[in-house]
Order: sequence, then structure tokens, then C-alpha cells
Amino acid sequence: MSLTSDPPLAPPDEETERTTPHDGSDLSELTVVPVRHPWRWVAVAVTAVLLAQFLNGLITNPGWEWDVFARFFTTETILKAVWVTLQLTFYGTVLGFALGIVLAFMRLSASPFLRAVAYGYIWAFRSIPLIVQLLFWFNLAYLYKELQFGIPFGPGFLTFDTMNLVGAMSAAVLGLALHQAAYAAEIVRGGVLAVDSGQLEAAAALGIPRLRQLRRVVLPQAMRSILPNAANEIISLFKGTSIVSVMAIGELFYQVQVVYGRNGRVVPLLMVATVWYILLTTVLSVLQHYVERHYAKGAVR
Amino acid sequence: MSTPIDVPAPTEAPVDAPAATEATAPADAPASATDVMVEIRSVHKSFGALEVLRGIDLSVRAGEVTVVLGPSGSGKSTLLRTINHLEKVDQGWISVDGTLVGYRRSGNKLYELREREVLRQRTRIGFVFQNFNLFPHLTVLENIIEAPVAALGRPRKEAVAAAEALLARVGLADKSGAYPKQLSGGQQQRVAIARALALEPKLLLFDEPTSALDPELVGEVLDVIKDLAHQGTTMIVVTHEIGFAREVADTVVFMDQGRIVEQGPPADVLDRPVQERTRAFLSKVL
Repeated sequence: MSLTSDPPLAPPDEETERTTPHDGSDLSELTVVPVRHPWRWVAVAVTAVLLAQFLNGLITNPGWEWDVFARFFTTETILKAVWVTLQLTFYGTVLGFALGIVLAFMRLSASPFLRAVAYGYIWAFRSIPLIVQLLFWFNLAYLYKELQFGIPFGPGFLTFDTMNLVGAMSAAVLGLALHQAAYAAEIVRGGVLAVDSGQLEAAAALGIPRLRQLRRVVLPQAMRSILPNAANEIISLFKGTSIVSVMAIGELFYQVQVVYGRNGRVVPLLMVATVWYILLTTVLSVLQHYVERHYAKGAVR
Repeated sequence: MSTPIDVPAPTEAPVDAPAATEATAPADAPASATDVMVEIRSVHKSFGALEVLRGIDLSVRAGEVTVVLGPSGSGKSTLLRTINHLEKVDQGWISVDGTLVGYRRSGNKLYELREREVLRQRTRIGFVFQNFNLFPHLTVLENIIEAPVAALGRPRKEAVAAAEALLARVGLADKSGAYPKQLSGGQQQRVAIARALALEPKLLLFDEPTSALDPELVGEVLDVIKDLAHQGTTMIVVTHEIGFAREVADTVVFMDQGRIVEQGPPADVLDRPVQERTRAFLSKVL
């Protein structure tokens, strides 16, 4: 093979014979010739050409209508819609992970009943498509006209009209959070299982109170494996909020559709939404980096 | 010895120890409870169908060092773990310093203690693991003060001062800010010993403390344990280090297949074993 020049391990031909240390010359004074990789350069060239073509298209193709994009990117309607999207993401994440943590510890509990209930929840909410769930919540008032707080199966103290209490926005948050909780539960459980059992044993042997064992010893270590998955979930929830557009909530994707429904400029307005999604996902990714670095304390030599 | 260890004087029970503890000493526990630190009576333990402890009886006197030897699978680690209730016994009972471990006696019933009460009992028993089990996300200092602060409610300042003194005693005064992974195995195990000592326990349990170490690091850990022994700390050490047993042990216990085969002073058990099993084991490891 002429392309690769392996170091002379023990090839029997006479050329290598001459390069063995036995000829008395000092090998440390010889020049080292690195292996060449011509095919790598071919691949680089092909990729570069394709990339250039794509960028050229973005700039020169008038169909992108960058002027329309620029006009709508920061208009008030769009900014408000971005804010709604962020709110949906925030509440969905916070409520989803709060419930997810409870479900995770239910699945890890010693009680078969609690384990079964948590498993049933996760099974159900992972099985039902998010969009179907959202429509169910949106139509909650059809099933239950009023919501009442009181003694189970007994008298109630507070009664609400479902239609007023569960508006479109809270139905959306509820749907996203309940859906998210099922996935969050499995991520948290995975993180807790990844912590070496010797850690809990050591904490128990030292007599550290149970809750403190979890908070101080288990969770900080579990966070290392929870974080990458959790970040995935938050980012996917952030983009998943676009599904809420079926409920006519003024989040980013819905608003963009409204605008291009009016002016017919479909592509530039889709780009408005796309660039916002990319921008904010980038911010989340940067945050992820710093949070992960915090929890990596003590993990590197 | 370059790093003399002196063990803090054992303190009295934690501030809010339940009054019930006084009444929990088994009726048949010897009257001279001050003399006997650990009492183990007909302890049985099974994992599924496998019976790992088949009736263990053992007394450990205060201030003495007991070394437990035996082939792997003989139940010695399980026995050690039952002493601080990391494993529940199926039958029999164990008492430490005149108090039943994991149970409370009332009439002729044994009531299982709540986890909180078990945790409180464990603060008086130090445990050192084969794999150190230091908390990797906490610094050496944070590892040591965690239990005194969280379990005993010591003020942080006091705990830090005590921890620094302990670190100096195990020869690691300059490592308080390091993370466990930045230390060698021997250093980690010395930190783990300091962490166990921070609770000022009445009894120290060592579960093969040098088995996970590179050979050249075994000595530094054994030196620390020897110093503790010379200070009169009561301890039970499960180990494979016969030389250590010969030098430090007051009593050597040889276990096989869940039973104590032979026990006595090292000069008897190690040099003039009566039982065939003991002789066979020693001929392989010596």
C-alpha cells in the first residue's frame, strides 16, 4: 500500500531491514514523515462546495424574502408570542419536573401500590400523543362542569366552574406538564439509579438523616446523569409548545400562522419562527453547559 | 510513628437520645456491660435460599481489637454489616455498648426501630468500607463534617476544627480542600477513617479496609489503624492481612461457611490452630 506507511513492525522486505536500529545509526536524528490522508481532503472539498451552494441559495434566492423576515422578526405580535412560548415552556418544565420527581420516588419506593400507580401513570402518559391529550384538557369542561375541593367522596368547600378555571392557557400548561412529568420521572429515576449504592450505604452508616441523604448525597450526583437528558426534554418541550397552536393559543407558531394567513408570505414568516426557536434553544444549550459544569465538581482529576 | 492518632474520648449519647434506650438492654446481657462492647448471640442471616450466617456468637470487650479472618463467602462482611444494622438479622440479637441494635425490647417482644432511631444508633458506630465510599462531589473537609453537622447537629465551626485535627492525625492536613478523586486510594481510605472518627464512635468497624488498595498503599492505611488500636479504640476488622492480625489483634476469629470455626489470641489461632479448616486456610494465605 502506498497511501499508508505503517511503522516498520517486522516486515521482511529488505528496505525495512535497512531502517532497523541494527545498522548502528541514531534513529532519533531521522525526520518523521506523517501519514498522508488524501481521501480526507477530497471529502472536505466536496462538503465545502455543498455548503457554499446552500449559503449562496439562502442569499440569492428571492423566495426567502429576507426584507419581509426583517420587518416581522421583532414586531410586537411576534415578541408577545415569543413570551407566551417561553411561559408555556417554563411552567411546563417546572410543574412537569416537580411531578416527575414525585413519580420517580414513587417508582423507587418499597410499596408495590405506589410503584404500580407511578408505573401506570408513566405508561398512560407516554402512550397518549401529546396533541390528543391537549385536546382532552381543552374539552375538560365537557366532562366535568364544575371542580370542587373538599373531603373525598364527602362535602365540598370550594366549587369552580371548569370553563372559567381551566382556560385555554392553563389547559395547555396542564397538558404539557402532565406529559412532561412522565418523561421527567424516568429521567430522574435513571439518575438516582446511576448513583453507586455505596454512597447511600455510607450516608446511612454515618447516621445522616434520610432526607438529607437524598438532598446532599444522592441528588447532586444524580444530577450529572439527569442533566443531559433533562436539557433534551426542556428543549424538546420548548419546540413542542408549537403543538399548542391547535388550541388557538397565541404562542409563536400560532401567531406566525395567523400573520402569513393574512399576508400570504409563508416562507419568510416560517423563518421568523425558525430563527426564534434556534436563538432560544442556543440560549438553553449555553445554560446547560454552565449548569453541567457546576455539577461536575469533584468529577475531574 | 510519624502520625500519632489519638481518639477523641467517647462522648455520651447524642443530646436527644430517647429515654427508652436505657430499658433496651437485653435482660440476659451480662451485668458488666462496661466491659463488653459488642455482644452477638445466635445470629442467623439468609439472602434468599443462601444462609450466610448460621448462628454466630461473639463477644468483643471494650478497648480490644478483634480481627475476623476467613475465605470469601464465609459471611465475615455480612456479620460486620449486621453490627450497625446495614443488614437486618433474621434471628438472634446484637448489642453494642449495652444497647440492642435495630430493635427495642418490650416484655418478650422485639420491636423494630424506626429508621430515624437506627440512624441515631449508627452515629456511635464508625464504619469503614472496602471501597471508601467517600462522597465524590464534596471536598475532603465537607466529607468529614457532613455527619457531625447533619446527624449530631454540631455547629459547623466546631466540626471544621475537629475535622482539621483529624486530618492532621491521619497525615493529610494539606488535603482538606481536595476532592476524593484527586487523592490516591490510600489517602482516600485515610480520609474515610477520619470521616468515621468525626462522630467520636465507641466502636469502629473495618470491612476489608485495604483490599481495594495497590500493594504499596496498604501500609499507610494499616499504620493509621494500628495507631488507633494502640489508643485503645474498640474495633472489629475484617481483613486478609495476616501480619496485621498477628501484630494488632487481641482476638482472632476464623469464620467459614457462616460459622465461627475458631477464635482466640493470635498466637493460638494463627500459630497453633486446633481446627483443620483453619489450618487449611492459613496454609494457603501464609
